[in-house]
Amino acid sequence: MSKLSAEGLSVGYGGKVLIGGISLSLNAGEVVTLIGRNGAGKSTILKSLTRQLQALGGRVYVDGADTKSLSDRQFAEKVSVVLTERLKTERMTCEEVVEAGRYPYTDFFGKLTPKDRDVVRESLQMVGAEPLAERSFSAISDGQRQRVLLARAICQQPQIMVLDEPTSYLDIRYKIEILGILRRLAAERKMLIVLSLHELDLAAKVSDKIVCVEGDRVCMAGAPEEVLCEEMIRALYGLQNGSYNALFGSVELEKPQGEARLFVLAGGGTGIPVFRALQRRGIPFSCGIFPENDVDFQVARVLAQKVFSVPAFSRVTEEAASRACEELSRAGKLYAACKTFGECNAECARLLSFAKERGIPEILTLSEV
Amino acid sequence: MKEKSRRLLRNQLCFAALAVLLFAAVVANIWAGSAGISVGDVFKILFTGAYRGEAAHTIVWDIRMPRLTAAALLGGALGVSGYLIQTYFRNPIASPFVLGISSGAKMVLAFVVVIAVNFGGSMGGVSMVLASFAGSLLATGFVLLCAGRTKNMAVLLVVGIMIGYICSAVTDLIITFAKDEQIVNLTYWSMGSFSGKEWGDVAVIACFVLAAFLGTLLLVKPISAFRLGEGYAQSMGMNVRLFRVLLLLLSSLLSACVVAYAGPVSFVGIAVPHLTKRMFSSSKPSLILPGSFLLGAVFCLVCDLVARTVFAPTELAISTVTAVLGAPVVIAMLLSRRRGEV
Repeated sequence: MSKLSAEGLSVGYGGKVLIGGISLSLNAGEVVTLIGRNGAGKSTILKSLTRQLQALGGRVYVDGADTKSLSDRQFAEKVSVVLTERLKTERMTCEEVVEAGRYPYTDFFGKLTPKDRDVVRESLQMVGAEPLAERSFSAISDGQRQRVLLARAICQQPQIMVLDEPTSYLDIRYKIEILGILRRLAAERKMLIVLSLHELDLAAKVSDKIVCVEGDRVCMAGAPEEVLCEEMIRALYGLQNGSYNALFGSVELEKPQGEARLFVLAGGGTGIPVFRALQRRGIPFSCGIFPENDVDFQVARVLAQKVFSVPAFSRVTEEAASRACEELSRAGKLYAACKTFGECNAECARLLSFAKERGIPEILTLSEV
Repeated sequence: MKEKSRRLLRNQLCFAALAVLLFAAVVANIWAGSAGISVGDVFKILFTGAYRGEAAHTIVWDIRMPRLTAAALLGGALGVSGYLIQTYFRNPIASPFVLGISSGAKMVLAFVVVIAVNFGGSMGGVSMVLASFAGSLLATGFVLLCAGRTKNMAVLLVVGIMIGYICSAVTDLIITFAKDEQIVNLTYWSMGSFSGKEWGDVAVIACFVLAAFLGTLLLVKPISAFRLGEGYAQSMGMNVRLFRVLLLLLSSLLSACVVAYAGPVSFVGIAVPHLTKRMFSSSKPSLILPGSFLLGAVFCLVCDLVARTVFAPTELAISTVTAVLGAPVVIAMLLSRRRGEV
């Protein structure tokens, strides 16, 4: 049985349906990530799942029980949240913030039992925030705050945790840390983790399932390797300039326009930093020559005007080298990022001698272009 | 754990300090005045029943004691109602006075009093409190109506101040058209004062204030959770809507009591909760609620002492003194906060 499921759920604000007909079925121990443009409705869906917003139609089931039939407290014992709004507190220690997570379990006056205190300590431990316990919540960094808020959500001992953009404002170290903790919660405690992310590279790595939210519908849900292909991302985010590389999870900015003014001799990863530097300066270029399984090929194909390549795992042919030489004489300048040649790309050395013969200048720094 | 016991010790010391301050303020309020009773005699009159039947005994027990008890209870009420309103709006400079709630209470109360006197009746203590409660609810309702339309706290505060002006203007209008013999009384009352309280008044005040205070103590758990904001509070299983209604009712009742018996009193509602939080270095309601009550009592006792002794025999309006002592605290608080937080 699925832990959390939605049937024909409609969500929106003020009685106006933003996204309708959402059907999802999510299992315990999974990490599920919602992706989509700004304003696509990720938060709206998450808020409706957690009852922060009233659903405008359809049903949500937690553990098979219709959430409408659960009291606020029963729901809180099953689902905890980390919200995206920055939390401002006044004279509260981090420990007090975490303790608040015991709310559904404590008595009328909110008195913590020794067992509650153990859970609080354990939760702080789990996120590595014990040293922060007595510090003021408003005096610590964003990354530490996010850890404490995560501890609060853990302290509520839920079966489902919902996090709205938990990695915004965080530096790379905290991003990795937070997502690592989420994976551990899913694996060790069999929690279902539902979150929204903007970082597609991280989404691909942390998620068991990706849900794409596009304006008025949930358009696709599946494993990251099915969903996160280049065309899908292009359509989902309406990318016009720039590109997304599904293999690396990396992003390249817009290709420089115009005729190639430079030929970059590259291969084996030597080219990528040069391609990006040329992109920043807006200099159109051609490049080669490498087999299509070369790492440089992944970036070259979206940034270069012309890429001279040979099929994967094959030798650079004489014919390919001749075509590259033609392009080189048209471009008028050569930049050799790669200077060592092996068995497969021995022909590339011809470009160097070709340039010398014809008096084509070989530049040593990009500022000479 | 060491940190824990240090905190515990600090809390105990704070409460002990508040108790000592309260006791000192009570003694000072009994002692100071034109009758020239010595401190030694004050203790004798209080604890041994000496001078029974003499003027000093009467002055202490029938004039100064009821007045200072009323001042202490109403001061506590001001501190707590300020804290509740600040919790509601999650803003440290909100208070019943600033948001025009006190002025609303004053307006309705003045109106009801004038009507009652015109029909030859008079107002009992309980009906005074109820009339001003109705007034504070009216003003609160209007503030909430505006709060629904703007999330900007600065705008809301300005709206509250405007409501305060309108209500004060209407009150002045009512006073202008009231019968002569009432005017003196109403004008004096609308400036605010703790003078002329009798034991009968104190009994009514005590009933309302202590009942409302006990009510707030029952809300310790939700108030504590609400410190994380509405979203988290709701996600932890709290009925936020009900909680907010209760918070406003209690806060309005407390400030209505103050208005009914002492007129609108400024700045105590902001300064006292802030000072209490600083003192305890915490915002835990289980500490700040009783702390604000005690400190509010001390604050108002000191202010009343100043009001009636500095220019004796002329008495100052209580708000004159609370403003002079309270406004600097508020200014210091605003300046010490980081920009953009209010």
